[in-house]
Amino acid sequence: MTDLLTPALTADWGNDRAWTLPAYKSAGGYKALTKAFAMNPDDLITLVKDSGLRGRGGAGFPTGMKWSFIPQGDGKPHYLVVNADESEPGTCKDIPLMMATPHTLIEGVIIASYAIRAEKAFIYVRGEALHVVRRLRAAAREAYAAGHLGKDIHGSGINLDLVIHAGAGAYICGEETALLDSLEGRRGQPRLRPPFPAVEGLYACPTVINNVESIASVPSIVGRGVDWFASMGTEKSKGMTIYSLSGHVKSPGQYEAPLGISLRELLDVGGGMRDGSELKFWTPGGSSTPILTGEHLDIPLDYEGVGAAGSMLGTKALQVFDQTTSVVRCVLRWTEFYKHESCGKCTPCREGTWWLAQTLERLDKGEGHAGDIELLLDVCDNILGRAFCALGDGATSPITSAIKYFRDEFEAGMHTASSELFPPAASTLFTEPAVGGGRA
Amino acid sequence: MNENVMAELGELAGRYPQARSALQPMLHLIQASEGCVTNEGIEVCAEILGLSAAEVSGVATFHTMYKRRPIGDYHVGVCTNTLCAVMGGDAIFDRLKDHLDVGNDETTEDGKITLEHIECNAACDFSPVMMVNWEFFDNQTPDSAVDVVEDLRAGKKVCATRGATITTWREAERVLAGFEDGLVDEGPAAAGASLAGLRIAQEKGWRAPKAVTDADATEDVEND
Repeated sequence: MTDLLTPALTADWGNDRAWTLPAYKSAGGYKALTKAFAMNPDDLITLVKDSGLRGRGGAGFPTGMKWSFIPQGDGKPHYLVVNADESEPGTCKDIPLMMATPHTLIEGVIIASYAIRAEKAFIYVRGEALHVVRRLRAAAREAYAAGHLGKDIHGSGINLDLVIHAGAGAYICGEETALLDSLEGRRGQPRLRPPFPAVEGLYACPTVINNVESIASVPSIVGRGVDWFASMGTEKSKGMTIYSLSGHVKSPGQYEAPLGISLRELLDVGGGMRDGSELKFWTPGGSSTPILTGEHLDIPLDYEGVGAAGSMLGTKALQVFDQTTSVVRCVLRWTEFYKHESCGKCTPCREGTWWLAQTLERLDKGEGHAGDIELLLDVCDNILGRAFCALGDGATSPITSAIKYFRDEFEAGMHTASSELFPPAASTLFTEPAVGGGRA
Repeated sequence: MNENVMAELGELAGRYPQARSALQPMLHLIQASEGCVTNEGIEVCAEILGLSAAEVSGVATFHTMYKRRPIGDYHVGVCTNTLCAVMGGDAIFDRLKDHLDVGNDETTEDGKITLEHIECNAACDFSPVMMVNWEFFDNQTPDSAVDVVEDLRAGKKVCATRGATITTWREAERVLAGFEDGLVDEGPAAAGASLAGLRIAQEKGWRAPKAVTDADATEDVEND
């Protein structure tokens, strides 16, 4: 039986100057790299496959399997691209990881590149996190100087060049094929699949795209072994992972635990809800995963458990809202986000999110029309599965799930504004005099 | 455009297997140099990369971080995505609009502050969140947010809660483009909520299991 919390990726975040190479080395860093280089690349892929590591960026696809799809001996350059464009509302694990221990990611990049035989790797990090970009650039510079990157790494004959690429603000660029277009200097719009990136990715060459946490997990798997990793988690969801707790809870933050812990256990560990709060609804993995309620407190937070409850594990971004919160207001705000971030490539998403926002706006104001709930569900039905990429599907998740659990609040939107039913000031973390209240 | 900038734009283009990949960093550098993405900047990028101005413009207008008109010395972004909005982001944004007498995406008369509401910036455990030149200002209140912008306008030294001393927006854009500014060692590795789980684990004596295959356990020695 493992402990309730199992810090591995987060274990060194509190260390002095943890972002530097000396600090990382003194905590055991770059030893897994030596071990990996002593292995055959194919064996390394098998090892990651055997570990059961699944993508930590939302979809949960087995990481080793993704690597194994890269054709070998094809004569084309191969690329590794790390998706560090963390933008899913509620998700806040990769940014602190890269700020605290960027070398964990870089060591993972080197091992993964060696496994898939890539000589060029990219970390596509969102531009809106300046200090993270600084820490990544410095870590890459240190890694070059120490011979972990560059030509003929430690006399192995292996070459790897790493580029830290800062994006410029666009949620859609976290979608892996949109990210590739963006990295090629185009508008970040998703590509039709097939061909999949493993066959034709960056510059139409075989490319692996992995989330930060997935790649950062690789050094510990290589270093401590498959059995170690599999000793945590559940049968089909192995290993430790970072859960991000936010909202009306006493101790928001990052909690690293074996996959399969429940929200109730996490709340117990973190001191529960804030004083006077009762849990009303929560997202298991960001705003694109259907909301859940108090009846789901005990579901195991792994890929299967959350799926069985009608949602998705996603990015494990647990946004918790209490009884003061209007569901309609929240769903409107999320919908405005998707409308703003829709890239415009496909009609269902571009037009649909516009209609959804319009309809929700009137419900939020208490000016809903008869039939608006049915209209919302109909528009969602026309987006889900018909949009070009997962952004459109994600946009429907908060709406359909909120109507499922809180239909009465949408009904109330026919006559009463959400701000009357749920005064926003009651939800905030501070007491604020009414806005515009006599300020000079 | 001055020669140094032209040389650096060329340098960025050389970092990628295909030069066009450098377009995003190049546009960041244009902003650092010119104060926004100017028409001249678009044409220079197009020229260097062998693209049409329309292709460059298409990228420049796709992203929220690229500005087509000059902005203040300090870009202040208040997260009003759902969680931050509920936790107080809406109230903070309203107070700053009122206090600075500007609307969304507008600049104060003294040219110091551009205020904008932003989408989720991946710091939800520090909600409500404000960004200044894309540095984190965690756990804000309307009062603390006003204090920050007043200090910035007064030219006082302002530090991010997890990050470095605030420079100007243009200097920040230069770092995003790909040139280090020597501030990497400022600020903590992690703070506050980032360490919530770790601190509890340390108090309780909880830890990741020991490596199962001892002979292979390269990291375990350090952990015991």
